[in-house]
Amino acid sequence: MANAAILPGAVPAVSRRRQAGRFLVYAVVLAIGLALAFAPFLFPDVRAQEVAARICVFVVLVASYDLLIGYTGIVSFAHTMFFGLGAYGAAIALKAMGPGFDAIFFGGALGVLAAIVLAVLIGLLSLRVKAIFFAMVTLAAASVMMVLASQLSAITGGEDGMTFSVPRPFSPAQPLVTGEDGKALRLFGVALNGRVAHYYFVFVSSFLLFLVMMRIVASPLGTVLQAIRENEMRAEAIGYRVVAYRTAIFCIAAVIAALAGILRAVWLKYTGPDVVLSFDIMLDILLMVVIGGMGTLYGAVIGVAVMTLAQYYLKDVMAAGAAATADLPLLPDLLNPDRWLFWLGLVFILLVYFFPAGIAGTLMGKGGHK
Amino acid sequence: MMKTLSATFERFGGVMLLPVALALIAFLLIGRPSTWVTLTVAGLAMGMMIFLMASGLSLIFGLMDVLNFGHSAFVSFGAFIAASVLAFLGAWVSGGSAVLNIAALMAAIAAATAFGALAGWAFERVIVKPVYKDHLRQILITMGALIVADEIILTLWGGAPIPVPRPAVLTGSIVVGDVSIEIYRIFAFLLGLCVYVAMHFALNRTRIGLLVRAGVENREMVEALGFRIDRLFIAVFMAGSALAAMGGAMWAGYQSLITTAIGAEMMILVFIVVIIGGLGSIEGSLLGAILVGLMANYVAFLFPKMSLASNMILMMAILLWRPFGLKPAVKG
Repeated sequence: MANAAILPGAVPAVSRRRQAGRFLVYAVVLAIGLALAFAPFLFPDVRAQEVAARICVFVVLVASYDLLIGYTGIVSFAHTMFFGLGAYGAAIALKAMGPGFDAIFFGGALGVLAAIVLAVLIGLLSLRVKAIFFAMVTLAAASVMMVLASQLSAITGGEDGMTFSVPRPFSPAQPLVTGEDGKALRLFGVALNGRVAHYYFVFVSSFLLFLVMMRIVASPLGTVLQAIRENEMRAEAIGYRVVAYRTAIFCIAAVIAALAGILRAVWLKYTGPDVVLSFDIMLDILLMVVIGGMGTLYGAVIGVAVMTLAQYYLKDVMAAGAAATADLPLLPDLLNPDRWLFWLGLVFILLVYFFPAGIAGTLMGKGGHK
Repeated sequence: MMKTLSATFERFGGVMLLPVALALIAFLLIGRPSTWVTLTVAGLAMGMMIFLMASGLSLIFGLMDVLNFGHSAFVSFGAFIAASVLAFLGAWVSGGSAVLNIAALMAAIAAATAFGALAGWAFERVIVKPVYKDHLRQILITMGALIVADEIILTLWGGAPIPVPRPAVLTGSIVVGDVSIEIYRIFAFLLGLCVYVAMHFALNRTRIGLLVRAGVENREMVEALGFRIDRLFIAVFMAGSALAAMGGAMWAGYQSLITTAIGAEMMILVFIVVIIGGLGSIEGSLLGAILVGLMANYVAFLFPKMSLASNMILMMAILLWRPFGLKPAVKG
């Protein structure tokens, strides 16, 4: 029996399937990456651009959350809080100082700084106790931040949020490359104006942040984090200071989330509790990371793409279903497009039961970790 | 010096002094006795209702190491079921007969509690049982269940706020001197107190209570002695869910207008209470709930904008002082 594995060239079936799965994951991630990279040319309409930009930002946000939940085994519900700090930092500065890159930089830096301070405080205070305590503390902290954002309406715009303008080079009226006729040069029928620059600002920043995270998980730090996830006591016994490492990764994830928040604010030209702070966003992140697969950053890409597309298309399918079952009791109500979270919740529960490793993890042959 | 100080502190009741201290500080800050009494009664009533919701969660965690993030779903269901029952019995509720008033209220609370117990049983079997001892998946799966439960509530009752009729006999307030106290608050406080006494008695004087307490302390040992902790756990889970639904029903009557956000609002307070009180002990839950209730009412009066943040700060301060809560039954 063992011969099969020893013979050169004879790869066991399981491992071959894993390899195929791994290639599939790489291919899908590459396809998503390429689609995002050329989104302004592939999908020129405004709505598709929104979807593409949302996917870019959420890949960063979800991957940074995966650093916590997937790589280190920390369950935090405060990730939207950091996301919101970045977004509000940039938004308030852009509103107060006028549209300019200095405002994005200054406000963003303040937001990131606030995120670091809060992350250190929460981390040192509660990362030494049980995972569950930590989850509850972060949940409470996030809700307080949400209340603060809606009550300090003089600064944050309250429930309505705030709109602001972004720097001039990002405006659709600003040509990026001027053609011979003095208008923006067209490439594949798409005008190379500020809107394209706006999108690529978001895309390139997201891409760089994603690369940074890939580097982090491949570094010795990433290995220590996985050791902590697998066996905390053992990691401590070997001589790694678990609390310090946990706090460090919590801060790193917070900073990246805040940076993603800046990108979101700059792209939307709007910041409000509903788009950056609300608990729904936190649920989205959680669903995305679990659907994609915890403990692999590729999973984050797949999860975000699947969820975001589902958010746009599932509703259409449900509307059709509701119309088809209009005569039956209760069913049309459940198929109402507003109830799509119900179905997503069911899918989520089933996933956690049967495929705890998510799409990418299952394909790549990683078992669910305890 | 420090030692004698803390010994003196323990002799006078230890952490149980905290609510008294809080009330005294608030008295100095508020300055008007009548306002202070009204706020204190409101705080105690609110604390008792939160205690109903929190005690079950605390025990469930203490006994089986299960943290149910879906606990607030029972609170919401309790509130909405109570609202529906009260609306259905509209004639009893608004009628002049005190007996029928009370009967309607009792029917509402009983319906909510019974539903909590049944749903708790189903929830434990279907959602929680497959993921014992796996915290990450527990948090995720109960979170998923919370989403589904919230959506079911939205489907059945819709998104608009629902008025909760309050029985005629419990409306209005008692006036003593220049102090006026809402009757419903007294009722909420007394009901909470009854539940606490019953729980205290059940845990400390009965054989099942003995097993629960032993299980909280050391589950393996109790199992090794031949007791089926998992069966006991179902009972505790059902009781905890039923209490949460009862708390939700009481809270619905207190608010008199409920929305689907009720679960999320209460969940934060319940978590804060459980963390402050320490996991696994009902005394801790009671203490935490009263602290949170008093704090919420005093601060809402003194510094309205700080209302929710104040409880958060309270929690942070207490965690710094006692990382496992004030009166934990389980440590670590």
